[in-house]
Amino acid sequence: MAPPPNRRPGYSRRAQYGLFIGYLIAVAGVLGGLLLLAASIVDPGGLSAVRGAALDVTAPVPGAGRGVVQTFQNAVGTMGNYFEAGSQNETLRRERDLLRRQLIAARAASIENRQLKRLLDISRKSPRVVTSGRIVGSSFDSSRRLAVLSAGSSDGVRVGQPVRAPDGLVGRILETGRFASRVLLVSDRANVVPVTLLRGGIAALSTGRGDGTVELKPLQVGRNPFRPGDIVVTSGTGGIYAPNVAVAYVVKLADDGAIARPLADPATAQFAIVEPIFEPTAADLVSEGAPAP
Amino acid sequence: MSRSALASRYQQRTAPYRARLVPIVSTILASCLALLPIVSAGQMLPNFGLLALLAWRLLRPEIWSAQMGIGLGLAHDLITGGPLGLGMALWPLLLMFFDFADNRLQWRDHWIEWLLAAFAIALASLADWKVADLMRAAGPLSNVVPHILISILFFPAVLRVVVMLDRWRLGR
Repeated sequence: MAPPPNRRPGYSRRAQYGLFIGYLIAVAGVLGGLLLLAASIVDPGGLSAVRGAALDVTAPVPGAGRGVVQTFQNAVGTMGNYFEAGSQNETLRRERDLLRRQLIAARAASIENRQLKRLLDISRKSPRVVTSGRIVGSSFDSSRRLAVLSAGSSDGVRVGQPVRAPDGLVGRILETGRFASRVLLVSDRANVVPVTLLRGGIAALSTGRGDGTVELKPLQVGRNPFRPGDIVVTSGTGGIYAPNVAVAYVVKLADDGAIARPLADPATAQFAIVEPIFEPTAADLVSEGAPAP
Repeated sequence: MSRSALASRYQQRTAPYRARLVPIVSTILASCLALLPIVSAGQMLPNFGLLALLAWRLLRPEIWSAQMGIGLGLAHDLITGGPLGLGMALWPLLLMFFDFADNRLQWRDHWIEWLLAAFAIALASLADWKVADLMRAAGPLSNVVPHILISILFFPAVLRVVVMLDRWRLGR
C-alpha cells in the first residue's frame, strides 16, 4: 500500500492549526508523564493514594478468576504426575525414609530446645499474624516481580510487612489499597533478604534476579559454602523478617555464591499470611539509613 | 504529519459512538489482561495494552492523534501498577514515532508494519527495564530479550483480533 500522496491536512488553516495543537498537547503529555515517572522513581511511596485506589478497583478482577486458573494449573500438574508415576514413587519412598529419620532427630532436638529455653527463661514470641489473603495476580508483563494480595489497609496491612506462605517467605508489602495490596516478591531485584544457611548457620544475602530465582551471596569471603539442595532461612537481621522462615533452596552454584529457587512459589501458593514487622524500631532505623527500594 | 488530521471534522463528529469507543475500550481492556489471575515466576506474557495500541495505530492511522496516547498510557499505568508515568510518556511518543514513520515510508506492507511494531515493542521493553534499573530493581538485560521476542511473536495475533473488532466496529 502506497502512502497517501498529500502530506498536509488540506489547505484548511483550521485543520493545520488543529494538527499543530494536537502535537503540542501530545508533547505536554509526554513531559507530564516524564515528571510523574521521575516522581515515582525518586519517591516510590509518593502518590500512594492514587495507586492504592487503582489497586482497589482492579484487584477483584483477578480475585474472581483465580480459582478457575488454579484448577487448570493443578490439572496440568496432575496429568504430568501420571506419566512419571513409577519413578516418582521410587523417589518419594526414598525421600520419606530419609525424612522420617530426620523428623525423629528434629523431634528430639525440639524437646531438648524447649527444656533449654525453659532453663534460660526465654519467652518465645508467639507468631503473630496481621491477616491472611489470597495471592491473586502478578506482574507477568514487566521486569519487576510483584504480586497482588487480596488484603489491604482495612485488614491492618501496612507497607513493609513481611508476607509468607506455608512453604516459606513470599515477600513484603510494597503498597496498600483498602482491600488489596501489592507484594514485592522475594525474586524481585529490589528485595534483599538477610538469610542463614540452615546447614552450618553461615550468614548470606538473598537478592532477587527478576526471573523467579534468587542469588545468594555469603557475607564472609572465602570458600563457597553452598551445595545444591541447601536450604536458607531468614536470619532476622534488619528487623523486618522474623528469623527461621524458609526462603529458598540452592539449585546451582555460581562464582561467588549460588542461585536458589524460592520455596514458596507464588503461582501455587493459595493463601499467604501477612505478619507484623518483626522489630519495628530496628526496621525504622534501617529504612531511615537506606534509600527507598 | 498525522493522518488523523485527514479525517474531516464532520467525519470525526458524526462517527457513531461504537466506531469511536471500540478502539479506546478495547485497548483499555487489553491493558486489563494484565489483571488475569496468572501468577508467574518470570516475565512471560506480552504487554497486551501496548500491543493493542500498536495494532490499532497501524491498522487505522486516522482514528487517533498522538495525544490519545497520554490518556491510554496513564490508564495502563494505573491498571497494571507499573511505574506511574511510564506509559503516559512512552505511548504518545510511540504514536508520534508512527506519524514520523508514515511520512518517511514509501511503501508499506504486512512485514514492514510488523517490523515497525517490533521496534516499538523493543523500545517499550527497554524503557521498562531502564526505569526498573533507575529504581535499582532491574535484572540483567538478557532477562528482557525473551520477553521482547514473545511480544513480537504475539503481535500478529493481537492484530488479527483488532481487525475483527474493526470490522464489527464499522458494522461490516
